[in-house]
Amino acid sequence: MISETPQASISAEAAKRSHRRWRWRMAKDALARHGVAAGGLGVIVAILLIFFYLLYVVVPLFKSAETEAVASYALPAPAAGATAYLAMEEQAEIGARFTAQGHVVFFRVHDGAVVLDESVTLPAGVTITSVGTGIPARGVVAYGLSNGQALVVRQVYRVSFPGNQRTITPALEYPLGEAPVLIDAAGRALSRIAVQGDGDQTTLLAYTADGELVLSNLHREESFLGDSDSVETVSAVLPRPPGAVEYILLDPEQRHAYFASADGELHFYDIGDKSSPRLIQRLRVVPQGNRITALRFLTGGTSLLVGESSGVISQWFPVRDARNNMVLTRIRDFTDQRGGVTAIAAEFARKGFLAADSQGKVGIYHTTAQRTLTVAKVSQTPLVNLAVAPRADALLAEGGDGQMHFWRIHNEHPEVSWSALWGKVWYEGYGEPSYTWQSSSASNDFESKFSLVPISFGTLKAAFYAMILAAPLAILGAIFTAHFMAPRMRRVVKPSVEVMEALPTVILGFLAGLWLAPFVEDSLPGIVTLLLVVPLGIVIVAYIWAQLPGRVRHWVPEGWEAALLVPVVLLLSWASLALSPVFETAFFGGDIRQWLTNEMGLAFDQRNSLVVGLAMGFAVIPTIFSIAEDAIFGVPKHLANGSLALGATPWQTLWRVVLLTASPGIFSALMIGFGRAVGETMIVLMATGNTPVMDWSIFQGMRTLSANIAVEMPESEVNSTHYRVLFLAALVLFMFTFFFNTMAELVRQRLRRKYSSL
Amino acid sequence: MAWAKHGKFNTWVGTGAPWVWLSAGAVSISLVMVFGLLALIAVKGMSYFWPHDVVEMDYREAGAVTQLIGEIHGSEEVSAERLRSAGMTLPSHEHMVTRYLLKMGNRDLGGGDFRSIIEPEVAARRYPEALVAVERREWGNLYGYLRAVKENGVVVAEGEAAWDELQRRLERVQDLVAQIRRIEKGEIGGINYKLERLRLDERGLELKGRLDAAARADLESERAIQQQRYEGLQQQSSDLYQQLRRDTYTVEVADGQQRDFPLAKVVQIYRPNAMSVLDKTQYYFAKLWEFVSDEPREANTEGGIFPAIFGTVMMVIIMSVFVTPFGVVAAVYLREYARQGPLTRLIRIAVNNLAGVPSIVYGVFGLGFFVYFLGGNLDQLFYPEALPSPTFGTPGILWASLTLAILTLPVVIVATEEGLARVPRSVREGSLALGATKAETLWRVVLPMASPALMTGLILAVARAAGEVAPLMLVGVVKLAPSLPLDGDAPFLHLDRKFMHLGFHIFDVGFQSPNVEAARPLVYATAFLLVVVILVLNLAAVAIRNRLREKYRTLES
Repeated sequence: MISETPQASISAEAAKRSHRRWRWRMAKDALARHGVAAGGLGVIVAILLIFFYLLYVVVPLFKSAETEAVASYALPAPAAGATAYLAMEEQAEIGARFTAQGHVVFFRVHDGAVVLDESVTLPAGVTITSVGTGIPARGVVAYGLSNGQALVVRQVYRVSFPGNQRTITPALEYPLGEAPVLIDAAGRALSRIAVQGDGDQTTLLAYTADGELVLSNLHREESFLGDSDSVETVSAVLPRPPGAVEYILLDPEQRHAYFASADGELHFYDIGDKSSPRLIQRLRVVPQGNRITALRFLTGGTSLLVGESSGVISQWFPVRDARNNMVLTRIRDFTDQRGGVTAIAAEFARKGFLAADSQGKVGIYHTTAQRTLTVAKVSQTPLVNLAVAPRADALLAEGGDGQMHFWRIHNEHPEVSWSALWGKVWYEGYGEPSYTWQSSSASNDFESKFSLVPISFGTLKAAFYAMILAAPLAILGAIFTAHFMAPRMRRVVKPSVEVMEALPTVILGFLAGLWLAPFVEDSLPGIVTLLLVVPLGIVIVAYIWAQLPGRVRHWVPEGWEAALLVPVVLLLSWASLALSPVFETAFFGGDIRQWLTNEMGLAFDQRNSLVVGLAMGFAVIPTIFSIAEDAIFGVPKHLANGSLALGATPWQTLWRVVLLTASPGIFSALMIGFGRAVGETMIVLMATGNTPVMDWSIFQGMRTLSANIAVEMPESEVNSTHYRVLFLAALVLFMFTFFFNTMAELVRQRLRRKYSSL
Repeated sequence: MAWAKHGKFNTWVGTGAPWVWLSAGAVSISLVMVFGLLALIAVKGMSYFWPHDVVEMDYREAGAVTQLIGEIHGSEEVSAERLRSAGMTLPSHEHMVTRYLLKMGNRDLGGGDFRSIIEPEVAARRYPEALVAVERREWGNLYGYLRAVKENGVVVAEGEAAWDELQRRLERVQDLVAQIRRIEKGEIGGINYKLERLRLDERGLELKGRLDAAARADLESERAIQQQRYEGLQQQSSDLYQQLRRDTYTVEVADGQQRDFPLAKVVQIYRPNAMSVLDKTQYYFAKLWEFVSDEPREANTEGGIFPAIFGTVMMVIIMSVFVTPFGVVAAVYLREYARQGPLTRLIRIAVNNLAGVPSIVYGVFGLGFFVYFLGGNLDQLFYPEALPSPTFGTPGILWASLTLAILTLPVVIVATEEGLARVPRSVREGSLALGATKAETLWRVVLPMASPALMTGLILAVARAAGEVAPLMLVGVVKLAPSLPLDGDAPFLHLDRKFMHLGFHIFDVGFQSPNVEAARPLVYATAFLLVVVILVLNLAAVAIRNRLREKYRTLES
């Protein structure tokens, strides 16, 4: 029989179908395998992404500055004379060259094409003898004239958008009028001059050809009706300095003046009272033999930058000494340039500056961070003039060979360095170097203080006080629950403590801040006695219990001691709190806060470390308890039984056998608890004053890394230095807890292997 | 004898018994703290809704006797010394003095809500049944005696009759208020939303260069229709406002003055001293219902917390949608497919540890990566018409849910893995021996058996997410959201919206509200609600886990 029976054909059909089905199932299986693998790995990668993203945001903080040459060209309008002062406008498109002959040459910085060449009009027969500037942001330049007069000009740039194209038109203004103002009544030539002006008040300071220092303050007063205004002038002659004056600086507040000779003698004057200037201090600012080759203010006008012929640049500012005198103090040095400093240009909005030297190099620095961001070779010849764009994104340098160099700068985060984050930094206006966190302020030339030390300190302090409460309670509790407690009670106790781990910390924080903090403040003596009386009371009750006849003692079976103690604890707590006002009246004169402040000299914040310790201790008890209890409970029973059989008491067994075996587990419980306390946000946010103080006092608050992030993150500008520093704080937290948890986990895994081998 | 006793004590100490007792004491203290805390929240939270009696008292101060009316909100014992040093004159025999916090209400009539009074200066205390407490939409509570009800300034009822008349008229007012609310929130809100969509459509067409005359006319006509509807509704609501202003009521307040107040601002009015326990219970539950179903009033310090509940639930649901599949896939990969070796061990440790990374770090990551990076790019790609105002490039419920999904991912992975590990080998091998593929075994046998563990993980994740606040502060929670993330305007689910959250509500009202003292009971009530939700979720997880253990115990034997 060769012909196929219908049966066979059906079975062949079925076989084919089942084969197809089989292939389909195999395909599904493979698909599942690959899909799951891809998905699983994807999730794991996504988790790792957290670390790398934080790192990605933080890394730019530590990058050094980059510079790139854009253009070099011959000096624009060389006929206008040598450059006395170089400037650039906001967009870094137009530069200005103020010459000693009274020309102001505006030119395009990209190719040196002259946009405008204007010259100031002078009285007949009068020449310019000096050029001086105010702070660069105001754009004011003063010309000292040969007849004792001075002319003040200001560069302005108007931005317009004809045909959607940005056009910048430069112009000159005369804030004090086009006619020169008289500075020296005797009409001597002004060989050095400095100016500062802000709206209504302008001060000019000049050094005459025969060595006199003259000051002139012009105060514009609007008349009562506001229709005309008069200018009131105050003049004064300053005490004559011994040597020749090479540099004059006047601070933007017009309260301090500095004169320096080329050989390093510096005079520091108080000119707050314009009619009677006063010499505060006279000192040498460079070593013998070196010369001052550049002297400029840092932005804000508090710090002086002294450039030396040796290439060293030093920062100085006045510091109040013990007798409340202002003393000009050398704060820090920058020594990364070898050639003599020829020009210094301060950034407009940050505490950074640029310095040009005689080797043709330009260095970019930041004072607060004490950081040299880069030193770039700009020219083969010595540089003679230097300007930085207001946004600090470009520089203009003039070489001794008459070449102008225009460079771009990429320097986003100069404020941050290892020493600024973790070291003591001497900030402007501070009496000494300090750890300070103060990230923002309303003022424009504010010096950001990004020290992570006070907030890291606060984090550790909060965690420390939390652990003081939590560690003994949780570990003793775990010991009793795992080793002594009756199984029936354990089945209730363990979950109820563990469930507390899930309690939202916002609730604990709310209770700590609004209920516990005032409560602690009101009954501080009660809380302190509570901490002493309860343990003591427990021991006493235990001893009394041990003396009771067995008949009574058998009411409470072994392993239920904890239940017996609950009313004792309640009673003792109630008693010490109820007696709190009595103690307060008896020992602390009725008001313990006053007593603390007056007698002990301790400041008392309502939201203090004690409150945080109690609340956060509460939050970490369940974590420590749960892990430690597991570790102790996991110790093989035959070890304990063996010890007991050999006649050891239960406590000896526990101490010598069980705890010894479980100690790595308890250690890892403590580490995880500590990690949790370090990262906790809401409790510290709500229960501390969030002031970044560095003080171990239990009656003061703190600011922690996590609370700091929560408070400041929503307000920080994206990709700003502040934003990245907050990311750094998050990264620090991340690494810290990750490290502690990993250690704990490794210890625990080893322990688990040990148990299974026992 | 004394010596012998001493020896006995030493022996007792030598056995280590005091240590055992101290460790027992640690458990007791922990238990007292745990249950004390829960009791504190429960008592404070639940008592918020109970109508307090309103007391009228004669109070001596500065040589005169004044009359005060209010609710007593707590009392404490203060040492007389402290009060004296604060400049009070007290009889010299007093050492401890009871100080009360009296909620006086009547914020619009001057002064603060609260004042503290001391017991020795209280001359008399009365609880007249005629005292009324008025809960208002503005200025907090009002206490006093109801004297008259007026319509357009004309007295319609006085004395005893005023009470019934007032109740009748209050019903009408509440009806009107509900109508206005429906129009303003519902319909006008919808129109505003449509107008905004039209503006975005127009801008979108303009950006694509397809805004021709026809499209412009279409948009214009649509806009005109909406505008017309809007004007109609506007008219309607202003009519209703007109009607609402009709009635006023006169109350004699504590200093004897009689004042008129608009009935339109009244939420409810009651006479707490005249209420029986049954009445109070009824009031209690009505208030409780209002709390969970109503919107907040007066900068969140009064009214309900419905938007916060809704926001929390919504966020948790969206989070679950993300976290469940990803968590399960990762767990299945780690347990079933990945080769077990040092690398998997390392990954497992890493995943485990992520559960211990501070939540604020996730918030920072969410803000940087989701909001600014992902959201910013999404806006560039899909919502250029709305720029420069961001659509997804700003904190919102989607990013909050995603952030919490990442935060809770370790919880789900660990729980699911544990569940997978508990499925006995024999079951798996049985399935494979019958010819099932690995995928089929997994899908039909292993996963169903592990599903309770998966549920446990999810519940724990939900509980954690519901209580987490710190990261949410960065990625999408606000103190007052103008509209819910889910509403009647297409596309109904607005993932870009900001939302309110129970935990943040507690933080915000408790710490950043102008009148913390008045808002405190509400915060306790909110905290209690949150605690209940989270405890229930956790206990459910524990119960499921225990059942699961029982099940496998029988399987294995």
